[in-house]
Amino acid sequence: MPKQIHLAAHFPGVNNTTVWSDPAAGSHIAFASFRHFARTAERAKFDFLFLAEGLRLREQGGRIYDLDVVGRPDNVSILMAMAAVTERIGLAGTVNSTFNEPLDVARKLATLDHLSGGRAAWNVVTSWDEFTGENFRRGGYLPKDKRYLRAEEFLDAAKALWDTWDADEVLADADAGRFVRHGSADRAGRFTYRSDQFDIAGRFPTPRSPQGHPVILQAGDSEEGREFAAASADAIFTRHAEFDAGRQFYADVKARLAQHGRRHEDLKILPAATFVLGDTEDEAAENARQVQYQQVGPATAIAFAEQVWNRDLSDVDPDGPVPSFDPRTSDDVDSGGHISKGRASVRQYKDPVAVAREWRELGEREGLSLREVVIRKNGRHTFVGTPQRVADTIDHFVQSDASDGFVLVPHITPGGLDEFADKVVPLLQEKGSFRTEYTGTTLREHLGLRPSPTTVVPAARE
Amino acid sequence: MTAPMTRPMTRPPFHLAVALDGTGWHPASWREPGARADELFTAGFWVDQVREAEAGLLDLVTFEDAFALPDERPDHVQGRVDAVLTALRVGPLTEHIGLVPTIVATHTEPFHVATQIATLDWVTSGRAGVRVKVSSDPAEYALFGRRDPDAETRESLFDEAADHVEVQRRLWDSWEDDAEIRDAATGRFIDREKLHYIDFEGPHFSVRGPSITPRPPQGQPVVTALAHVDTAYRLAARSADVVFVTPDGTGRHGPTGDAASILAQVREAEGGVERGAPLHVFGDLLVVLDDTAGAAHDRLRRLDESDGAGGPGLRSDARILVGTAAEVADVLAGWHDAGLTGARLRPAVTAHDLPRVTGELVPELQRRGLHRTAYEADTLRGLLGLERPADRYAQV
Repeated sequence: MPKQIHLAAHFPGVNNTTVWSDPAAGSHIAFASFRHFARTAERAKFDFLFLAEGLRLREQGGRIYDLDVVGRPDNVSILMAMAAVTERIGLAGTVNSTFNEPLDVARKLATLDHLSGGRAAWNVVTSWDEFTGENFRRGGYLPKDKRYLRAEEFLDAAKALWDTWDADEVLADADAGRFVRHGSADRAGRFTYRSDQFDIAGRFPTPRSPQGHPVILQAGDSEEGREFAAASADAIFTRHAEFDAGRQFYADVKARLAQHGRRHEDLKILPAATFVLGDTEDEAAENARQVQYQQVGPATAIAFAEQVWNRDLSDVDPDGPVPSFDPRTSDDVDSGGHISKGRASVRQYKDPVAVAREWRELGEREGLSLREVVIRKNGRHTFVGTPQRVADTIDHFVQSDASDGFVLVPHITPGGLDEFADKVVPLLQEKGSFRTEYTGTTLREHLGLRPSPTTVVPAARE
Repeated sequence: MTAPMTRPMTRPPFHLAVALDGTGWHPASWREPGARADELFTAGFWVDQVREAEAGLLDLVTFEDAFALPDERPDHVQGRVDAVLTALRVGPLTEHIGLVPTIVATHTEPFHVATQIATLDWVTSGRAGVRVKVSSDPAEYALFGRRDPDAETRESLFDEAADHVEVQRRLWDSWEDDAEIRDAATGRFIDREKLHYIDFEGPHFSVRGPSITPRPPQGQPVVTALAHVDTAYRLAARSADVVFVTPDGTGRHGPTGDAASILAQVREAEGGVERGAPLHVFGDLLVVLDDTAGAAHDRLRRLDESDGAGGPGLRSDARILVGTAAEVADVLAGWHDAGLTGARLRPAVTAHDLPRVTGELVPELQRRGLHRTAYEADTLRGLLGLERPADRYAQV
């Protein structure tokens, strides 16, 4: 049997990749959209759904950014509701470790796992910016250099809480009058956890959930991110969806597992990928071009340039050349003075003057307008072609260890996955590299992960 | 129950709610036949309870919650799942009934709670509410390790809870209803002039806004609180749409008085604040129901004994009624005469007492003209006769 492909479906988010202006684009908040998307992914036997998170609306130039989709539900909440309209598919969401407390998040995820029959997954992220902190009790309390420590300890604390209940602790034996096996003085939730970030103790209120630990996801290409994933995560999201870079990333991360006492298959590597289909290669290419123009309208082109130039460019013509002047460099993105707020991607512009020069040179060399340069730089679609071509490419990536599968990011809500489900998935199934039915009930089973340890670790960490 | 073909246009004169708490409000309820204690942490257990309540055309169910477990006895239920998520799990599988989970204001972020409840309202197309409570249990503070319970007073906790609700309400209004414009000509998805910073500043937190979640279908989901004392009546008057009270109950800090005297205190508290519609005042009643009063007393005796011979027996802050559905109907009719607008029943054993509520009490109340014969509205505000409020930030 060939190596099995794992597929996840990313509910279209609040980036310009989501095309809201298309006639087929529906609501981003009505439950019917989530239900449609979830049921499509489940019909296609995907491993899991994924939702990203943002806890403050983005701003540019001191005003709320209005060119992309704005507005989303609370992640764990909408995942819980989607559990009611699906039966098998995994339910994954980002939950921030900076503006939450471990007991609350561990309890919510354990509840999601209980009430979905073992389908919960958590993408642990960390942030430190004061901008997001303005919506929360503690504000911008976390120093930048402690953000990974916070995330690490948060996850460690959550795992310790989940481990405070034995899998067989709940007896519910009415005749014997015994609800739990142990007297609660020693087990049944008892914990103490002290670390740099946390000083908590008591009883974790929720019994062990079907998966024990929900599946842990980690997004990150950085050195810290890779190491964090190799030590603690069950799956890693990456931007490395190109073949050679993907193989390098894959080999690097998998090689780190052994030193953490983990097996090759204990961590799944899932690059994010977009796709555009067509009945012929030419049609697919034309569809892809049209989507790119929808994704980068004239106003979006200017907004993207402003993120590099770090100044107002509303008087620049998007259909004219790339600006000849240099970006403003006095405020970097972490200083709080940058024109763009709440947008992680801007941190890639470490040397904006060099980025601007590159854009300018590209424009001059190929005779491209600013908008065309932005489209080029905004990234190509990962997979463009006929369903057969796309299925072949995905399978090739996975069989060649460039990935274990993909997190697919459709550009239309809620129907953007329909065509993939109808046309590409059957071809993958024909190859024998993608399931035709779910064989397990939990997300750990879908992903081929071992059950989380049921042996009891000491509840106290001092 | 025979539902008429057309919906009655008028609201029932009296509202009926049920408070769900695990297998029931008696600590031995989990040992009763049909209690399904081994399914307590599964979705089906909760879906079936709420569907039963919906079959009785109830206005709403509340879901109890707390971060700390109430005791350590291995012969009592140990363990809880999150109430907000339980409501969300039930939401898509019900159609009419209001879903009102409990949140603990003291240990939660108002921003997160606001978006969670707004999400519940989106998922249910307008059936969300929230019950706000405060925490003074030191065990709960230790679970978070963030603050000192000795530094709080009842007043400071209630003030914080009022701020918590104020932030939720402002966040729900922080998107005007027509903020999403999808204007292809200018490339704008929203009209940002219709999104508002809430700029709340208080002693416990400051919140900038706007919400990440668009204004929910009800505009303002229904806010509720349980109150036994004047401080809590004042919180309810400032912040809530529905207050649950305990007529003829022992309360938490001493007897609470009869329905008329509680109502007078609530209305006085309302007089001290600016608010729209008057508070709904629901009386709480713990019920042990059976065919005869004698049979009900026998049941309670058996439950008390199974919880430990010689023990204190069933205790509650609310009045405990041990008897028949008709006796409950008499009490509720009396509360209605005294001016209460509804009741919230706490079934001693959900598996036994909830079907008695829907199968016996509801028809009795319908005969007396005190309960609806069909759902007359699609939202919880609609069932409670509350208008969908204008957005506080909208330019008139």
